[in-house]
Amino acid sequence: MKIILYIIQKEFKQIFRNKGMLPIIFVLPLLQLVILSNAATFEVKNIKFGYIDNDHTSTSRTLVEKFNASTYFDVLTDFPSEGLASSSMLNGEVDVVLEIPQYFERDLQKEKYNSLGITINAIDGAAAGVENVYVTQIVQNFNQNLKVDLLQVSDKQIQPITIETIPLFWYNETLNYKTFMVPGILVLLVTMITLFLSGMNIVREKEIGTLEQINVTPIKKSQFIIGKLFPFWVIGIGLLTIGLIIAKLIFDVPMVGSLVLMYFYTSIYILVILGIGLFISNFTDTQQQAMFIAWFFTVIFILMSGLFTPIESMPEWAQILTEFNPIKYFVEVMRMVMLKGSSFIDVLPQIIKTFLFAFIMNGLAVWSYKKTT
Amino acid sequence: MNHNKVIQVEGLTKMFGDFTAVNAITFDIEKGEIFGFLGANGAGKTTAMKMLIGISNPTSGKANVAGFNVFTNAEDIKKNIGYMSQKFALYDDLTVKENITFFGGIYGLSIKRIKEKSEILIQELGLEKVANTLVGSLPLGWKQKLSFSVSLIHDPKIVFLDEPTGGVDPITRRQFWEMIYKAANQGTTVFVTTHYMDEAEYCDRVSIMVNGKIEALDTPKKLKEKFKAANMNDVFLKLARG
Repeated sequence: MKIILYIIQKEFKQIFRNKGMLPIIFVLPLLQLVILSNAATFEVKNIKFGYIDNDHTSTSRTLVEKFNASTYFDVLTDFPSEGLASSSMLNGEVDVVLEIPQYFERDLQKEKYNSLGITINAIDGAAAGVENVYVTQIVQNFNQNLKVDLLQVSDKQIQPITIETIPLFWYNETLNYKTFMVPGILVLLVTMITLFLSGMNIVREKEIGTLEQINVTPIKKSQFIIGKLFPFWVIGIGLLTIGLIIAKLIFDVPMVGSLVLMYFYTSIYILVILGIGLFISNFTDTQQQAMFIAWFFTVIFILMSGLFTPIESMPEWAQILTEFNPIKYFVEVMRMVMLKGSSFIDVLPQIIKTFLFAFIMNGLAVWSYKKTT
Repeated sequence: MNHNKVIQVEGLTKMFGDFTAVNAITFDIEKGEIFGFLGANGAGKTTAMKMLIGISNPTSGKANVAGFNVFTNAEDIKKNIGYMSQKFALYDDLTVKENITFFGGIYGLSIKRIKEKSEILIQELGLEKVANTLVGSLPLGWKQKLSFSVSLIHDPKIVFLDEPTGGVDPITRRQFWEMIYKAANQGTTVFVTTHYMDEAEYCDRVSIMVNGKIEALDTPKKLKEKFKAANMNDVFLKLARG
């Protein structure tokens, strides 16, 4: 036990003496939290909207005005021809083009039916989908108003019954994107910093030759590893704390659930990440190699964690793979506990799986660390 | 087993794939002896030494160090030996005192003992003024002397020194050898590799390795007689050139 304390003491001294590393450990992640939480949003706003009005009537102008009034669309140009509109879309100057046919108003009144042409730039498929929904909403709304205008008094009886849905968004009533992203980004920074630091730490001792000096001492493998990893565990918990404070102060993210549960889960989770870091450093000879491998896994883990894209929409094989992704569980737990106030029992499956990962990864790490080669 | 023999090696071999780095070397070293382990670069000295200090598994052969088998009791050996590698292996970002405390600590010395040891050590090395200075900013010669002292912190039976005086000025080299003699006089066995042939003359016995094999092993005096050479330098050249 005393031996472990000597190692911990040494590690902390080295970490806090490294003036280059300190800002990377504490300042960068927080910048990341502040910037990413604001920037990584799927809300589609400021859509560049153009239209071709072949009708030039009060009805067509009312329709365009609807788009103009929407906060999602920036009405750009009235294109005189289809050709100009498509070349403009090619240049990326416009995202959505609405084409109003000739005799739009006349046909609507006569036939009570008409169609509109909508062209959407779908290079970003997700954004195109959202834009389509917005356009449909606006046209529907326009439709409703129009119906009332066009209806004759005698038609009252045959007016179709319309069903309106009133959605209630639970756990994030205002669909505030930050509320959803902040817990996720917090996960990301705790993971990245602890993985990179632990992955590079032992490799660094290999590089400078001090690991060999350690290996000729009678220190036990477990003593060395615990002493080495404990400081990074503390740093991980520290980062979570700072991150939570920022989430509350800057983003006012609701913290419905138990902080104790959040810390309990995180403390197990960090063990998994440290185990992975150590495992990586056992199989690499330089910090560069360790960095590359750590980066490779982080990218895969993050993209498959449900942080940015919902796991439900992944192909089935990918969904099975995510079962082995520790970040997925951390994201789930953080969102569940912070936003929904889930209890210990609710997140028990995640806790058990994470604990299992921690056990396996650290087992592999201790096993693969060889004092004698 | 002869208790005066602190190192007994018989047919010790290390292979890396098809390449035989150390080819069936055999020798004994007695307690308190200064044993010079010579050889050209790449002759297999460091590999042989790594097997003896328990950080490299031998392919075959027998070896006992400080009474323990290198195959089965490597960790017991580690309690009884000190090691100073050819690469400076103290922490540059810790102070002199902190390095001493750390290594004393992981060898399991008591806090009181560590305190005593660091005081003696710092005084002997004349490092009082820089005791709280980061080791990284010290001159190489000081670092090497500190490194040697730290390798002796737990009073090991044997100390292994891998090219301890590489890149060090002649005055510091002289001081270094005075430290080696002092340790040997106190009963510590010294196993040292070097490329300086004048240093080889200071050893009680010397072995010369060529291509993984020990080609000569005796006192410097007898080796010079045997190879009809004026000094160890000539002995080495005759052997190493083959």
